[in-house]
Amino acid sequence: MSAVMITRKVRKWEKLPGKNTFCCDGRVMMARQKGIFYLTLFLIIGTCSLFFAFECPYLAVHLSPAIPVFAVLLFLFVMAMLLRTSFSDPGVLPRALPEEANFIEMEIEAANGNVPSGQRAPPRIRNVQINNQIVKLKYCYTCKIFRPPRASHCSICDNCVDRFDHHCPWVGNCVGKRNYRYFYLFTLTLSLLTIYIFAFNIVHVVMRSVDQGFLNTLKETPGTYPLNMNTFLLVCFFTLWSMVGLTGFHTYLISLNQTTNEDIKGSWSGKNRGQNPYSHKNIIKNCCEVLCGPTYPSVTFFSLFLTSFSASFPQKTTAPLIPNEHTPDDIKPSIAAEKSSGPKDDQPPAAMQPPLASPETDAETSIAKNQ
Amino acid sequence: MATEFHNLQELRHSASLANKVFIQRDYSEGTTCKFQTKFPSELESRIELTLFEETVKTLNNFYAEAEKIGGQSYLEGCLACATAYLIFLCMETRYEKVLKKIAKYIQEQNEKIYAPRGLLITDPIERGMRVIEISIYEDRGSSGSSSGSSSVSGSTAR
Repeated sequence: MSAVMITRKVRKWEKLPGKNTFCCDGRVMMARQKGIFYLTLFLIIGTCSLFFAFECPYLAVHLSPAIPVFAVLLFLFVMAMLLRTSFSDPGVLPRALPEEANFIEMEIEAANGNVPSGQRAPPRIRNVQINNQIVKLKYCYTCKIFRPPRASHCSICDNCVDRFDHHCPWVGNCVGKRNYRYFYLFTLTLSLLTIYIFAFNIVHVVMRSVDQGFLNTLKETPGTYPLNMNTFLLVCFFTLWSMVGLTGFHTYLISLNQTTNEDIKGSWSGKNRGQNPYSHKNIIKNCCEVLCGPTYPSVTFFSLFLTSFSASFPQKTTAPLIPNEHTPDDIKPSIAAEKSSGPKDDQPPAAMQPPLASPETDAETSIAKNQ
Repeated sequence: MATEFHNLQELRHSASLANKVFIQRDYSEGTTCKFQTKFPSELESRIELTLFEETVKTLNNFYAEAEKIGGQSYLEGCLACATAYLIFLCMETRYEKVLKKIAKYIQEQNEKIYAPRGLLITDPIERGMRVIEISIYEDRGSSGSSSGSSSVSGSTAR
């Protein structure tokens, strides 16, 4: 008898639905279209490099060395916030597993009763009362769940995102519950950085003009077109207005504890629509909740790296105690139709921080053919 | 009525999955993580109401503690912001600490209370914090007494 074994390593994130791309062993999670994100990176790094290369030597000597130092710190902070916003899970809600989806379907059918044939079934909506306000929870046909309040389905990423704000192409990711504060800090500090660079550009030009005259200063702008200071000054100028505007808009949203999505739809504006039930009616409290609230865990992270949290605790048995989709089949033998996923993944139970094993070697699907 | 007593090892070897019940989220207080304490009818024959309620209430308390907005969360937030959130590379967040406590608690409850009754609780984090999944097991080879295969009627509507 000859046995042919074909093994294929399945990366865990390939099994996840939705249109996200993952990098660095699944630690980085972004949308599929990243072109504009690279443009953002280029603009920020390009402008700052030119500033550091051409303006800072003059300013450090003639004004103060603290100026470039502060610019460097601000630049690093902006980059950190940008990368954090782009690479983190925005708060994606995982889709319902078949049993949960069926359970919800049965509940809906029980609630609707018998719909006469030819009539459309009533829309799938659940009403919940939050702080004396009726909020309608809609059913997501893609994810097969009733969306929690403030969640929305992003068609670009094909995921339901909790506290969905908007999908930002500049950042290459959705902005949701988990990364909103990084997004806000990014816009805020980028505005500050742009104002800072623009202001010191003007100072530089003024100081040189005092020495040499205005026209001579412009002629001596370092660099060649289009990569010279004038182009980037222009870029700075337009960036400045859009960033300051965006920061102002989001500051307004935060003070009211609203999302961009809710603002656009007009969920809480107008007399007939009711009050925002999530607002604390106090600007400071709203700001604190959004910016200094708890850091929520990424459930996508959990599905990528950990089979079960309890696996990290000392156990009497070696098998996982809580059955889930990663459990080998000796717990669920009756479900014959279920595909066997082969031997249990060789990933050791990992702690929260940098995972010890790569989620690449999740399951080795081995196909043995016996003659 | 299944009165077999299992421990977790027995569950693995002798029981088969009959049904699953999903405890939904309770949004009456907003978007904070809280689960409904309504007792599902499928569990009526399996476990006492008080034990079930106590489990869910304790879990709700854990989540409330994790999501509490107060002095400690402000401090954590401001400190993290000052370090450009790099501090999270070496430090565990408060939420993560509470999640570990929750996992330990669920394991304990499974071992002591639920497995002997042929039930198993799945940590909500594995279901996206949307539901508490309780799996109902039947003894393998038990003659047709599937208490779980129907359960449409009387299931919680709305």
